[in-house]
Amino acid sequence: MKVDTAKCLHCGGCVGSCPRNAIFLCDFILTFNGDCNLCGRCVRLCPVGALEPEARQ
Amino acid sequence: MKELRCEVLVVGAGPAGGMAAKSCAERGIATILIEKKPEIGAPLRCAEGVSKKMFKEIGVEPRPEWIRADMKGAIIRSPDGTAFQLDEAKAGAEVGYVLERHLFDKGISELAALAGARILMRTWMTGPIREGGRIVGARCVSMGEPLDIYCDCIVGADGVESQVGRWCGIDTNLKLNDIEPCIQYRMAGCECSMEFCEFILGRSIAPGGYLWIFPKGHGVANVGIGIMGTFAKDGVRPKQFLDKFIAEDPRFRNAQVLEIDAGFDSTCPGLEGGYSADNVLLVGDSARLIDPITGGGIGHACVSGMYAGEVLAECKKKGDYSAKALAAYDRRIRDRMEDSLYRDWMAKERLAELDDETINQLVRLISTADIEHVNVQNLLVAIKEKFPKVVEGFEDLI
Repeated sequence: MKVDTAKCLHCGGCVGSCPRNAIFLCDFILTFNGDCNLCGRCVRLCPVGALEPEARQ
Repeated sequence: MKELRCEVLVVGAGPAGGMAAKSCAERGIATILIEKKPEIGAPLRCAEGVSKKMFKEIGVEPRPEWIRADMKGAIIRSPDGTAFQLDEAKAGAEVGYVLERHLFDKGISELAALAGARILMRTWMTGPIREGGRIVGARCVSMGEPLDIYCDCIVGADGVESQVGRWCGIDTNLKLNDIEPCIQYRMAGCECSMEFCEFILGRSIAPGGYLWIFPKGHGVANVGIGIMGTFAKDGVRPKQFLDKFIAEDPRFRNAQVLEIDAGFDSTCPGLEGGYSADNVLLVGDSARLIDPITGGGIGHACVSGMYAGEVLAECKKKGDYSAKALAAYDRRIRDRMEDSLYRDWMAKERLAELDDETINQLVRLISTADIEHVNVQNLLVAIKEKFPKVVEGFEDLI
């Protein structure tokens, strides 16, 4: 996932709503681990639209 | 590797964690409370409303600095502007305070500290420590250094983010319709009532949720919105609805945003699979104890934290922190909250299906109905009489 750090409010909502528990938030840094299957739920739910799907390198 | 040992480790120092730590420490349990952030109670992720009766239930006297505004009642507004005003005399104990969360949360943790709990700031859990399959502690990071905390029981109080439960075998996953993304502005220069909380309903205003105005005095208010996850997508985000509302409502023509807060609410009827497992239990938002219709979670958070301490004191006496022993906690939660959580969950599901015209009719109905004591239950009774379809399937809970 691509995080628009200028938009993200670090609310952590995506963390709790991720069906695979693949998102971690510490302060201002949102990270996705290998369990993310790009289901897009966080993209859809983000209150400010700070997330964008992006295939992992 | 640095190690610590305690009986109960509480993860997260919000109201649920603070109350759990207080409740445990008061009963002679060696308690450690950890908090990821450098400050308890900040940043805000909440509209800050709480019922007055909650303080009686948890046996805590609210301090003046925790309370930013004392509400005289509530206003429920439909999309066509019809307002139903609930005065204190009618709303009784449902009326509440608008808190100053950063002071309230710190206040509760302060009570935990006074009761003997050890608090570790800037400390977070990264996963459970298991021995022979059993949870015996938590891997943590404290001020950047690895730290293993061994304990008899982990209390997950990590809020809507809730990872403790999922790491430790409690299913806290949410369905899309039970997630409510929210955004809120703290605004100055508002020309709205400073004595009434306002709830504005309607699919055109806040699909599957509501928009709130919670006054904090001197023209300041928390103005926020939550919408149902199933409605959310690109182009349909809480921020867009909130910005539109504020731009169109003349009460905010001179208002300025002081703070932007976001967060999610869970709106499910608790946890189907239970609130505890061997050596772990969940409290507050992490246990999905937020009321599905109001989105309020502080009251249930504090009460569940208190129950956790009561049950863990029994576990300590018997030296048994197994799922079987902790089931006493589940029973207390179910007895106290589950019927109303389920009732309000059904009501939320139905409300989300209604179009604006039906909501206009509903608000007109409740504003003309003679309801002596107004609460969710009695509102549903009035609705049941005139619009039985709205409450179909959960009539027996009303």
